[in-house]
Amino acid sequence: MKRNKFLLAVGVLTALLLGACSHGKHDSSAPVPVNTNTSGYADTTGGANQLGNAAEDARTAAERALTNNIVYFDYDSSVIKEEYKSVVSAYARYLSANPAAKVRLEGHTDERGSREYNIGLGERRANAVRDALTAAGVTPAQIAVISYGKERPAVEGHDEAAWSQNRRVQIIRL
Amino acid sequence: MTMLKSLSAALALLLALVIAPAQAQLQITVTNGDVGALPIAIVPFTQVGSVRVDVAQVVENDLVRSGRFRAMSRDEMRQKPNQPAQFDPAPWRSQGTDNVVVGQVLDDGKGGYVARFFLLDSLSGKSVVAYDIPVRGPEQMRYAAHQIADIVYEKLLGLPGYFNTKIAYVSAQGLGYQRTYQLIVADSDGEQPRVIATSRETLMSPNWSPDRKQLVYVGYERGRSAIYLHTLASGQVRKLVSEKGINGSPVFSPDGTKLAFVLSFEINPDIYVMDVSGGNRRRLTDHYGIDTEPAWSPDGSKLVFTSDRSGRPQIYEISVAGGEPTRLTFQGSQNLRPSYAPDGKSLLFVNVDGGRQRIALQDLPGGALHLLSNGPLDEGPSFAPGGAVIIYSSQGPHGRQLETVSVDGRVRLTMRQATGDVQEPAWSPLLK
Repeated sequence: MKRNKFLLAVGVLTALLLGACSHGKHDSSAPVPVNTNTSGYADTTGGANQLGNAAEDARTAAERALTNNIVYFDYDSSVIKEEYKSVVSAYARYLSANPAAKVRLEGHTDERGSREYNIGLGERRANAVRDALTAAGVTPAQIAVISYGKERPAVEGHDEAAWSQNRRVQIIRL
Repeated sequence: MTMLKSLSAALALLLALVIAPAQAQLQITVTNGDVGALPIAIVPFTQVGSVRVDVAQVVENDLVRSGRFRAMSRDEMRQKPNQPAQFDPAPWRSQGTDNVVVGQVLDDGKGGYVARFFLLDSLSGKSVVAYDIPVRGPEQMRYAAHQIADIVYEKLLGLPGYFNTKIAYVSAQGLGYQRTYQLIVADSDGEQPRVIATSRETLMSPNWSPDRKQLVYVGYERGRSAIYLHTLASGQVRKLVSEKGINGSPVFSPDGTKLAFVLSFEINPDIYVMDVSGGNRRRLTDHYGIDTEPAWSPDGSKLVFTSDRSGRPQIYEISVAGGEPTRLTFQGSQNLRPSYAPDGKSLLFVNVDGGRQRIALQDLPGGALHLLSNGPLDEGPSFAPGGAVIIYSSQGPHGRQLETVSVDGRVRLTMRQATGDVQEPAWSPLLK
């Protein structure tokens, strides 16, 4: 019991130290490619494999399509823009073809506005992606929605370069 | 590293889990004082040897940080009386200090102490206030000092003191996977921080019960949010609400029997009211917009809340009985996170205008808007008890920090941690 507490304490200490070290790691001025998970959070998308047959190639292509798993939004908007509709449709195809597969849609906002309003806005964005998926034939039971509002920025920074990367829905395969 | 060394490091951290780590300690700076500050002298108290706290220093810090007082330095004091009989008013008068606080900390003969103090007037030479404050043990000594500051503040300014109070806030350290959140309760001067909750997920929206024995807050667990009720004396935590979707913005009613909060499981975010015991839950608003951030009027008859039903977030008022909400804010592109002043005569909120996000106070009903901060990313305002001071969170040079401002905008204070972010401040009510 005592030992467990020590281990827990050491774990927390390590976490705090690591946390302190990771500060400043993100450089908001660095160019960040669109549709790349820059958050440091879980991206469970599998890597492409190198097997040679046609079926495997098709699967690899499908997998590759799923690596674009972020939909970005305009300020205070939950409208899915034209350029991100392909992200949604790739996931719609994947979920329709794999009825046992599930995703979690994580809604995020930039840091402007109050925390709880942003929780609402993040949910509205995630719901917009959910509605687009179900409209494309995905079963609602395959989709979970959660909003983190402005609590989990992908990029640190207090300018539009950072904000535009933070207004997003991340599609996480479960 | 030897085994012994790592064990002692771990031990130190175990202690730190109860008493917040040094990095969570708030450093307080007065950034803008009141030019009309009242001169006062707080003479060092004569204290029994076992007392470690410099009571007079705690009193002085409270009064000076209020911005309403200017304290004489100890070097300038020509005498250091500890009771009225030793008080010679002439030198104090000649140095321009009308008000002098003197006192002693005595053993009460029962294992505790008595903090005895006098507020002396160097014009009349008389004692204006005299109190014996019982102190159960050394750990209570700072509270006695804050009580003395409250009494002096109220006597000289005619406003309720707010020093013997607590501030709850969220401290966040690290980024991404490594980010750790702590809900901390500290004394109003930032001292004695205690960790109430620790999480790898965000902690938000702490709110005090009117008897200040409990806090409600929002946490996340396994991909789901919930409203938690924490009882301070026992450390007991109860999960009050965890519906699918949003569980947010919990606030105690002024009589402490009800909570208003936000749920989205019935389609989208709306305001709900429920008994603290968990019964009689009802939905108060029903709109396809985001309705959030409710706050009770002081008499408990109305609530204000944020809603984007008109397109952008603005502030609305609704009767606790329900009905059609009335829009209260029209200036600026957005107005969010409202609360009533303790006297109900003004509304405190976040105003967004010209790309700046600032703290605003608006007279009710429909009066002028006063901007109290400079932005650009200020948020989460709430009143200190008594309503003379507002606390909020701003973007500082090294992370988010807390700031306080007097309602007239003249006195400003910054409270920051050495590292990380400090946000979501909530000032406790006065102890009644």
